[in-house]
Amino acid sequence: MSTRIPAGMSLPAGMTPPAGGTSTRTFEYAPGEIDRDDPLHGELMELNMGPQHPATHGVLRIAVVLDGERIVKADPDVGFLHRGKEKTCESLGWRKFFVHTDRLDYLQPLMNNCAYALALEKLAGMQVPERGQTIRVLLMELSRVMAHLIYLGTTSIDLGAVTMFFFTFSERERIYSLLDAYTGHRMNNTYIRMGGVYADVEPEVEREVRAWLNQFPAKIDEFEKMLTGNRIWFDRNRNVGALTPEQCKAWSLTGPNLRGSGVEWDLRKKQPYSGYESYDFDIPVGTIGDCYDRYAVRIEEMRQSVKICQQALDRLAVTRGGEFLADDRRYVLPPKGLVHSSMEELIHQFKIVTDMALPKGEAYHAVEASKGELGFFIASDGTSHPLRCHIRAPGLMNVQAIPVIAEGRLFSDMVSIIGSLDFVMGEVDR
Amino acid sequence: MSTQERVAVALGGIAHKIVPQRDDALVVEIDAAAALTVMTALKDRAGFDTNVFVTAIDRYPAEPRFTVQWAFLSTTHNDRVRIQARVAVENVHVPSITSLWPGTAYSERECFDMFGILFDGHVGLRRLLMPQGYDHFPLRKEFPHQGIEPDRLYREWDRARRERSPLRSESQV
Repeated sequence: MSTRIPAGMSLPAGMTPPAGGTSTRTFEYAPGEIDRDDPLHGELMELNMGPQHPATHGVLRIAVVLDGERIVKADPDVGFLHRGKEKTCESLGWRKFFVHTDRLDYLQPLMNNCAYALALEKLAGMQVPERGQTIRVLLMELSRVMAHLIYLGTTSIDLGAVTMFFFTFSERERIYSLLDAYTGHRMNNTYIRMGGVYADVEPEVEREVRAWLNQFPAKIDEFEKMLTGNRIWFDRNRNVGALTPEQCKAWSLTGPNLRGSGVEWDLRKKQPYSGYESYDFDIPVGTIGDCYDRYAVRIEEMRQSVKICQQALDRLAVTRGGEFLADDRRYVLPPKGLVHSSMEELIHQFKIVTDMALPKGEAYHAVEASKGELGFFIASDGTSHPLRCHIRAPGLMNVQAIPVIAEGRLFSDMVSIIGSLDFVMGEVDR
Repeated sequence: MSTQERVAVALGGIAHKIVPQRDDALVVEIDAAAALTVMTALKDRAGFDTNVFVTAIDRYPAEPRFTVQWAFLSTTHNDRVRIQARVAVENVHVPSITSLWPGTAYSERECFDMFGILFDGHVGLRRLLMPQGYDHFPLRKEFPHQGIEPDRLYREWDRARRERSPLRSESQV
């Protein structure tokens, strides 16, 4: 069940994509090869891009060696935002680390919450009630749309389409308002807990989400009117930064970057979690794996996310009033009313907050985040302090792939490549 | 054929042990020195085409202290395997697998940065997240959470910068 989208197939009615291959620029340079016809060819120049460069989407520094305008070597330098999250998890304990997962990929906090919760649940052997899973799916898909909107806005502003930035950010702001109503926070929600979600929501909020979902596909059409058939957008993305499926696998790329290269690989379909197997949606895949294909894949993913959200809302209407948090006093806080009236529940609350221990062992759980496979590898020695919590960040692999596709190309392509690989330094540096 | 059978066939002749884990993943323990042979077999004969992560666990005070973990994914067979090897603190050498999966370069650099595990054969094994010139391995258990001399490097860089500056005065130094 996948839709293979050739370039521009998702164009709104009445629009035709520009013909490919008409650009006069040549791109066929092996990495490191020197363009001897370039009038600027001569001594190599070292250029420091970042860590405050706006097109690096955070604090990424890339040391670039240029010959004329041609990139001879690119070396990403990460770590400027390193806050020692994995060490923090070891000293804080399993439960208190939830708030820190928000700050990893801060464009999709709920997705990180969920990936972490799923890993903990796997180690503890817990089941999440159906309504809890459905709320998670709804929030994860909204997070995906949010992260893709940021990708779209920032990448297009880097390539000169400044208006797009305001279009996508106004939509993202509306999702933030919805999340504010849903979870109580605009950003850094920490809404998802071990065993389910923190609280149930009012039906009015769900109606608001549905109203937003109903108008959003028309907005995606608007975005596409701005970009998909746009000559400048097309020329700066088509045939730029192409990756073969073999390269993607060798360089551990996952998510839209892998799907852009035509590999039908989506953890939501292949290794489903949170009940994704029961939703009806397609996996968009690209054809040649360039920046344009990655763009097209993300646009289509937003449409598919809307489809999943609508199905999730239908299910929420059916299961209204049902359990959304597992009833397991080893890991889930008792309701506040019971804590005030029952000694047993007070003890449970105290034990969970002070020293909640997970069973001895190791577990790895990965989710399909907006940037690829986001996984948590956790190891417990049976005490209340984690032995190890490794965060498998898709962004780090995306950064690593920059030199693979940038070397040998024009320096102006660097901006397209950085934008299309899509990473967030909070997650890369942890 | 199950994942376990496929891996067993691929690793025929190489000493290995299946470690049962709480998640349903297949975890295989190997000898650290045989890592490259094992990974080659996994890639060529068992169809594991993607490396997911390379990391380590510090089990201090247990001996041998470190467990190096490699996780692999097969997009063709749709399954996963984790390989682990115990490494003592006196001899933290592990073969690098960057020749098989170039994408493990950053993961191995991070593992070296955080635990001091030396990946033999890695071209350019240097720190990834911590600054170059840092003396400690932060994810080792003896490293305190608040850090050791967290501002030493910054003071050194600052002093070097001031000494380079033509406008320096005695009071600044």
